[in-house]
Amino acid sequence: MVDEKVTAVGPVRVHTIPTDKYKTNTIVWKMKAPLAKETVTMRALLPHVLQSGTADYPSVKALRTHLDELYGATLQVDLSKKGEQHVVTIRIDVANEQFLPERPALFDKALQLLADLLLRPALDGGRFVPEIVEQEKRALRQRIQAVYDDKMRYANMRLVQEMCKGEPYALSPNGELEDVDAITAEGLYRYYEQALADDELDLYVIGDVEEEKVLAAVTNRFALPTRSPSAQAPLAPTKARGEVNEVIERQDVKQGKLNMGYRTDVTYEDDDYYALQLFNGIFGGFSHSKLFINVREKASLAYYAASRLESHKGLLMVMSGIEPAHYEKARRIIDEQMQAMKNGDFTDEEMVQTKAVIRNQLLETLDTPRGLVEVLYHNVVSTRQRSIEEWLTGTDQVTREDVVRVAGKVALDTVYFLTGMEGGADDGKTGV
Amino acid sequence: MEKQVYETLGETLFYEKMENGLDVYILPKKGFHKTYATFTTNYGSVDNQFVPLGKTEMKRVPDGIAHFLEHKLFEKEDGDVFQQFSKQGASANAFTTFTRTAYLFSSTDNVEKNLETLIDFVQTPYFSDKTVEKEKGIIGQEIRMYDDNPDWRVYFGAIESMYHNHPVKIDIAGTVESIAKITKELLYECYETFYHPSNMLLFVVGPVDEQKMMQQIRDNQAKKSFPPAPEVKRFAYEEPSAVAEKKKIIPMHVQTNKCFVGIKAPSVPNTGGQKLRHELAFHVLLDYLFGKSSPHYERLYREGLIDDTFMYDYTEEREFGFALVGGDTRDAERLASEIQTVLLSLDVDAIKKEEIERVKKKKIGAFLRALNSPEYIANQFTRYAFYGASLFDILPVLSALTIDEIADVASACFRDSQLAVCEVVPKES
Repeated sequence: MVDEKVTAVGPVRVHTIPTDKYKTNTIVWKMKAPLAKETVTMRALLPHVLQSGTADYPSVKALRTHLDELYGATLQVDLSKKGEQHVVTIRIDVANEQFLPERPALFDKALQLLADLLLRPALDGGRFVPEIVEQEKRALRQRIQAVYDDKMRYANMRLVQEMCKGEPYALSPNGELEDVDAITAEGLYRYYEQALADDELDLYVIGDVEEEKVLAAVTNRFALPTRSPSAQAPLAPTKARGEVNEVIERQDVKQGKLNMGYRTDVTYEDDDYYALQLFNGIFGGFSHSKLFINVREKASLAYYAASRLESHKGLLMVMSGIEPAHYEKARRIIDEQMQAMKNGDFTDEEMVQTKAVIRNQLLETLDTPRGLVEVLYHNVVSTRQRSIEEWLTGTDQVTREDVVRVAGKVALDTVYFLTGMEGGADDGKTGV
Repeated sequence: MEKQVYETLGETLFYEKMENGLDVYILPKKGFHKTYATFTTNYGSVDNQFVPLGKTEMKRVPDGIAHFLEHKLFEKEDGDVFQQFSKQGASANAFTTFTRTAYLFSSTDNVEKNLETLIDFVQTPYFSDKTVEKEKGIIGQEIRMYDDNPDWRVYFGAIESMYHNHPVKIDIAGTVESIAKITKELLYECYETFYHPSNMLLFVVGPVDEQKMMQQIRDNQAKKSFPPAPEVKRFAYEEPSAVAEKKKIIPMHVQTNKCFVGIKAPSVPNTGGQKLRHELAFHVLLDYLFGKSSPHYERLYREGLIDDTFMYDYTEEREFGFALVGGDTRDAERLASEIQTVLLSLDVDAIKKEEIERVKKKKIGAFLRALNSPEYIANQFTRYAFYGASLFDILPVLSALTIDEIADVASACFRDSQLAVCEVVPKES
């Protein structure tokens, strides 16, 4: 279904996916390392500094002018967490020259640019350019602070912080505000050298390309020292603590955000992963799910009420936006839906429906280059390898007993409620 | 069925007008798993005053009713259409803009069934007093969610500042108070006026057989009957060309200031081809001034006045057009004044040709990239078709765009009378 060829070139695993579906060619670079307080903020800053200039195009303006000349090639960087791994992603997407009358050599130049970005950054002696580093530190501070103003993201972040206190997973992929100031152009450069030497490196190329040519180009342009691959430890999910932690926070908001975190004891590594997907789909993943039907459609309490999984950490997260005064009622309805799942109180029709929707979702994800890379990258993050075909048959074979068994493992860990300055959920005790 | 081949793009489009007036377009896409279909009516939040079907007098309806209707159309006597779609492995959704309401699904399986479900549910309204009341709670929470969202507040605040009378200044969802006045009778009246097939467009993109699909749609429509419908009469709002309010400040509990400068087009062309040129000229101009390779972007970024959230966009629909420029900033006052200075001090005779050519190259690449997305194709094709232009004309129009056309846009719009500012600032406690 997906024709992925994987070949190592030095320390870089090169994944080539030839296809003529798209009008552009996509190049995605991923580097990952364990999530840790000591490095999280430097790591969050690094790709932003890298995309601010190369040796040949030493400023944002010069680099962006070059991208414009490549028919508006896009360059984006982002940071994410996959379980307790911190992943840096750099994406370049460039028009397939076949659609342009003059057939400029866009793909080659785009790959060269990525190599320059990573291996020939703009430098000032043996360090990054201090002015660029200071600018990007300021932008990083703003990025970290911006979460506070987006209450949906803020509530998600706060739940994870409360729930995973003391675990690396509590760290945000964008780093910690308090650690930004101390970063220097020298220190960041040393970290950059260390990251290139130690990180796991993956390069994905999707589009109208041949593997042989991609490998030759990567061999020529990505000269990195070879090293012995580090063995990857399988992830161990953390168990629930037994008693539920309730956190209520007050701010000047009109809508309350009720977020609940559960430990599932199942990750991407496990045989039960497909059953967990199905559990999440029936419980809250879709617009036919129990949460949507009962919290929104029947009780009219919320515009959104949904759940999602953190596949590599084994967490299930519920989120909803409600009237502050409806806290108790919404909590009760959500708890009832969870209990229904544990009791096996769902129909065969819900099973069939959810399998169809999961299958559809997976196949749709494969239609975008970005989605495709994210699906394939699961196999890098995990020691468990799954092909798309295995995903599809695995999902299909899940039984009701499997879902109930998984439901039995799901345990509420933390409830986080962001509410207005007065009324509603007086420390979670008054009901309406 | 008509066939249009776009050779340079490697795309083929099929079209047919049904007997009842419905426009149907099919764009086969090989290699994709999913099929994406939108069924759209030329009816949005700004259509709040019109002559209802079969009546003679203008009628003003409550704000937010087009969006409310969009929500309610999913509910039927025997349950909710989302359920039906998910049983058929599809994901369904809908959205309301200033001028359109679109219903859509995407699926990798059961495409024929899902298409039937889409057409039938949109063409079979069912509204009851009870379900209308229930929806008020849900949409009330949707409105609250946006009330707490500073990005939405600053965006909409800027639009509000630009317009005196035009309903584009009213939030698409309405207010908790305005939706309280919505009844099932009003919903039926809006539905009958605007959901006539002759006011709608169906677009399907995906790995489909165009012959079979077109036949399915013909058969589906032949089974239904619609009364003859004259073209809808909409109220023509008198809108002065200048902005209504120069500056609006919204205090909220935020950590970061937000600021947008709004640029109100004093007028917009009224034929499709001209509208497309005008819109593209505006986009090229904004990119020339504020793109990441521009000197202004570099300077504002270096001074810490903008960050990654900085954006600029131009929206043109029917009889209105406006641009917004801005984002998060440490100093809203200064950013507003810097952006206005860039706009007002632009010397149109000094616009550099080679830089415009570079922006055009960038736009060409962006358009090719957008064609990877079935969502973009269906939604934007529909938008252009409703105002008489074609999405697939973008490349030739872009290539032919002249410096004079770009300069004309700047001369008409970059005037003090056309600029408004909206800021979200931290509330003093």
